[in-house]
Amino acid sequence: MELQDQAEQFFRSGHTNNWAVLVCTSRFWFNYRHVANTLSVYRSVKRLGIPDSHIVLMLADDMACNPRNPKPATVFSHKNMELNVYGDDVEVDYRSYEVTVENFLRVLTGRIPPSTPRSKRLLSDDRSNILIYMTGHGGNGFLKFQDSEEITNVELADAFEQMWQKRRYNELLFIIDTCQGASMYERFYSPNIMALASSQVGEDSLSHQPDLGIGVHLMDRYTFYVLEFLEEIHPASQTNMNDLFQVCPKSLCVSTPGHRTDLFQRDPQNVLITDFFGSVRKVEITTETIALDRDPAAFESKFPEDELATEPLKYAEQLPVAQIIHQKPKQKDWHPPGGFILGLWALIIMVFFKTYGIKHMKHVF
Amino acid sequence: MAAAAVLLLLLLAACPSPGRAGTGRERRDELREELLLSPLPTGDVAATFQFRTRWDADLQRGAVSHYRLFPKALGRLVAALGVRELHLALTQGFWRTRFWGQPPLQAPAGAELWVWFQPTVTDVDKAWKELSNILSGIFCASLNFIDSTNTVIPTASFKPLGLANGTDHHLLRYAVLPREVVCTENLTPWKKLLPCGSKAGLAVLLKAERLFHSSYHSQAVHIRPVCRDASCMAVSWELRQTLTVVFDVFSSGQGKKDWSLFKMFSRTLTDACPLASQSKVYVDISPKNKEKELLEVTPPPTSVHEAVVQGDKKTYAVYDLLSPSLFNTSRSLNVQLKWKRPQDSSEMPIPVLHAQRYVGGYGLQTGEICTLIYNTHPYRAFPVILLETVPWYLRLYVHTLTIITKGKENKPSYIHYQPAQDRRRPHLLEMLIQLPANSVTKITIQFERALLKWTEYPPDPNHGFYVGSSVLSALVPSVIAMKDVDVEQSPLFTSLFPSSDGSSYFVRLYTEPLLVNLPTPDFSMPYNVICLTCTVVAVCYGSFYNLLTRTFHVEEPSRGGLAKRLANVIRKLRGVPLL
Repeated sequence: MELQDQAEQFFRSGHTNNWAVLVCTSRFWFNYRHVANTLSVYRSVKRLGIPDSHIVLMLADDMACNPRNPKPATVFSHKNMELNVYGDDVEVDYRSYEVTVENFLRVLTGRIPPSTPRSKRLLSDDRSNILIYMTGHGGNGFLKFQDSEEITNVELADAFEQMWQKRRYNELLFIIDTCQGASMYERFYSPNIMALASSQVGEDSLSHQPDLGIGVHLMDRYTFYVLEFLEEIHPASQTNMNDLFQVCPKSLCVSTPGHRTDLFQRDPQNVLITDFFGSVRKVEITTETIALDRDPAAFESKFPEDELATEPLKYAEQLPVAQIIHQKPKQKDWHPPGGFILGLWALIIMVFFKTYGIKHMKHVF
Repeated sequence: MAAAAVLLLLLLAACPSPGRAGTGRERRDELREELLLSPLPTGDVAATFQFRTRWDADLQRGAVSHYRLFPKALGRLVAALGVRELHLALTQGFWRTRFWGQPPLQAPAGAELWVWFQPTVTDVDKAWKELSNILSGIFCASLNFIDSTNTVIPTASFKPLGLANGTDHHLLRYAVLPREVVCTENLTPWKKLLPCGSKAGLAVLLKAERLFHSSYHSQAVHIRPVCRDASCMAVSWELRQTLTVVFDVFSSGQGKKDWSLFKMFSRTLTDACPLASQSKVYVDISPKNKEKELLEVTPPPTSVHEAVVQGDKKTYAVYDLLSPSLFNTSRSLNVQLKWKRPQDSSEMPIPVLHAQRYVGGYGLQTGEICTLIYNTHPYRAFPVILLETVPWYLRLYVHTLTIITKGKENKPSYIHYQPAQDRRRPHLLEMLIQLPANSVTKITIQFERALLKWTEYPPDPNHGFYVGSSVLSALVPSVIAMKDVDVEQSPLFTSLFPSSDGSSYFVRLYTEPLLVNLPTPDFSMPYNVICLTCTVVAVCYGSFYNLLTRTFHVEEPSRGGLAKRLANVIRKLRGVPLL
């Protein structure tokens, strides 16, 4: 019975791998806080175990190496420059102009051109738990991408339905930190989605604190308190989603965070934070030894012999002036005259002979 | 007993002995790392890191699956796409040749990628597109924006730097993305390609917070085939990762011209990379103006090396991290450079070749690109190839191209011009110009700005549009004749470009990128137009419709409901007229 309990606990959640798609949709220096929001979630997610290969990070503008940043290669989340969320080991998959609605939807649905590298793909399967975090400027029913286009809540709901139909997720946690964020999850209709937003329809999400050295607001309130909450979590903690719903009450956030769990099958009480923010590694420990029978020398000697050149190879001349000057332009290939030209010439010749007659040929020539 | 002896023999046979010389079947790869510190005339200091992995295997023949020092990501790329040479550089900032001197290896601002393919590749454009996509994933850069609108095929510049059989320029592709941002996310995968990562050797100094707080930061990857030995009968593949950074005397140096490793990188060296066969730090202590040494280095160097670099005799203090005596006194090495006597700021040496480019004109319709090339050599003239790539939305008028030297027109010996096709191909202008001694050459060409379709504008169109740097390739005559050097024995920074003869050295310079404003429409107009039109239609048409279709009829007054009757009662009582 105890073993059964243990086994049940081991298989409590139905997922085997974790993915995260973190999107910042705002451009320009005064939207520094949106990049700091996304990077702080990235940092927490990496700390709790999700590797870079399973994170798709999309940042619409570069704040760290922006010429206006007084401390290059840093993005701070607390004033007085306490916490550098950019760090030394960051890999951004979609940068700058690549963060568009089309690319975001392609990443979610998997309909990506074949030459896209692996780090830019969401290679999830039906046992993946995916965390999707979006931040930027939004309104009632839409989220603005880079000040030039927007994604509506209907499009987003349809994209999630496509993911469900293609079995691209097991469970999905959607967090959005924008003004009127709750409108973005109103239209979801696919199962196994839990959604959190920083403000209700009609409310604005506010930023937390400016830093006088950097000159802009550093973080948004909701994500600031979520970050504080996540800093307490470690890979083995048992904190559940209900605690996440309590983060940032109206007294701290000024706006009212909302959440939606009706599409989710499990009770939020039983859903661990690390189900989405951490990474599951189901490891089986074995005590038997496995012999590796290849020895390196035999392995190395399998290489084919190098083909030696018959005469010494040489380097090319970097500036062969004579060769360049005498480089003739490529001759255009000769094409036989086309039908029109032939017809025109035939007409001219016929007219000529009709006019002057063949017997006059010897006089003409 | 016999079984034990057999086992022992088998064990001995199976153990690879590391010190064995190449028997032809053994694959040797070796790593050399090097750091060159050169103080610049303005008081700044330039640090150039070079990590060179040489692998005695033929990547093109396939059948290579055991990668040791050579990174597998790049090795597979070279083999699968038939790449003969690959050069990728990501740069932030601009190298000021006029003030800092000739750079060891310069790169233009943004991302630059040029590749020579093998003659066996049938569809070069397809391979080029795949290559740029794969590299964008490896280096976290948006190199996938490289397509036919910014790729050109140079005919005279960018000859192969490695072993080459023939140079059919249709196998070459060159692209520049001047808008590309370089930050820690590009440095991280670059560091991961190094055999020791950033944990040992010279790479421990590479911390992003210090590297990006600089005037110039350039990181590059160069892959090319090289001679395996002096006889050059076999091919080895060489991967060079270079990183050049210039620390500004005022922002990093607090105004003082004395530098040290700790001041530059906030780290010191503790050991060499265990996988490296050579790990050295070179400090340029060449005396300027033939006077006694002005620069003092502490701790005392392991040796002093003299070499002719870029046509000039230079002296270097060498610290060999692999020599046991270096870490005897202290566990970490912090090289310090101190000036013994304050420098005279008036004696700044001027480089032989430097150039400048700017946009002239006014307004949003026309403009002019002016390039100034300076040859400051007192008596020698030399040719230079200028390569300009201009995007299609700046329509160049080639009949306005003028090249003027010393007041007279200078006709180039070779011109290759490929006009742009809208939305398909950029302009390519390549010219071989002879620069007379001690002269300034001014090249001007006028252009007209095109109006893009409203969906083609980037999200921040008022920032402007970039025109990539132009490339100047020249064989500059050297002051001192250079001898042919053995690549293996000489420092890495002397063997970047293969030298043909000792009388001149090859240099590739880049000019400034240009920022041009295109006429930008008002993007809120569609919304305004819709609002206005709907209002006008509603008011005008609506009024007309009402006038024409509305009929009037008399209405019987109704008796009124309960409330009205009660109100009438109260009004009667008050004496007010009834409703």
